[in-house]
Amino acid sequence: MEKIPILRMGEFLLVTIQVDMHDRLAMTLQDDLTNRISQTGAKGVLIDISSLEIVDSFIGRMLGNIASMSRVLDAETVVVGMQPAVAITLVELGMSLTGVRTALNVDAGMELLRNSIDAQKDFLYDSPVH
Amino acid sequence: MTVLSTETLPVVSESDIVNVRRSVRESAARLGFSLVDQTKVVTAASELARNTLIHGKGGQMELITLNGPRTGLRLSFQDRGPGIADIQLALRDGFTTGSGLGLGLGGAKRLVNEFEINSRVGEGTTITVTRWK
Repeated sequence: MEKIPILRMGEFLLVTIQVDMHDRLAMTLQDDLTNRISQTGAKGVLIDISSLEIVDSFIGRMLGNIASMSRVLDAETVVVGMQPAVAITLVELGMSLTGVRTALNVDAGMELLRNSIDAQKDFLYDSPVH
Repeated sequence: MTVLSTETLPVVSESDIVNVRRSVRESAARLGFSLVDQTKVVTAASELARNTLIHGKGGQMELITLNGPRTGLRLSFQDRGPGIADIQLALRDGFTTGSGLGLGLGGAKRLVNEFEINSRVGEGTTITVTRWK
């Protein structure tokens, strides 16, 4: 069966969606990704959608689900590389991807993830113990 | 109004939704739609094709390219499913009988210039949308 590869990069997982996804493939990705987060203890997930020519309500919902599920598993999700035409259409469709963090490209997304993980560590280790 | 071409595509499986998107994209590009307009009409087609498949239990899409005086793309989604009892309600954002977000119909309507819906309970639904260049 067709699958979208999930790459591990240190404490992050990277997914690059390069095919026009049919609905079941999107559901499979959602399941695979949550399994990989729990297996690897990854702290962040980057989803590169720069090759996607459309995001409809189904794919939008999948992105939202992935963000929520990974948050519950203690990982941050950042969706990167959305094409401008896709962003315009998505908002007109009525989806603003509430709860999904976005960045313009993979580099910016990676930095966003690192900063938020560092901030968490600072909070954990620098809190005064009394 | 001159009809340039007519094509009928099946909408009976998930991979048909992908085919619908591809055909609509190709036609919109051939008619010279801007990238944003292509994206809007393809997204609307994706939503409506999914409705035809899930709520209409499958059907077909007629793809019509129009020229003179205006250039446009007309898509007609036809099914012989259960029909829609309350069209106003079905068009409202957030209303869903399935497991989706309920953005399909209302969202698709916002992405096109003309939107027509004919439905009879027990007989089926036809939704016709047009996007002008």
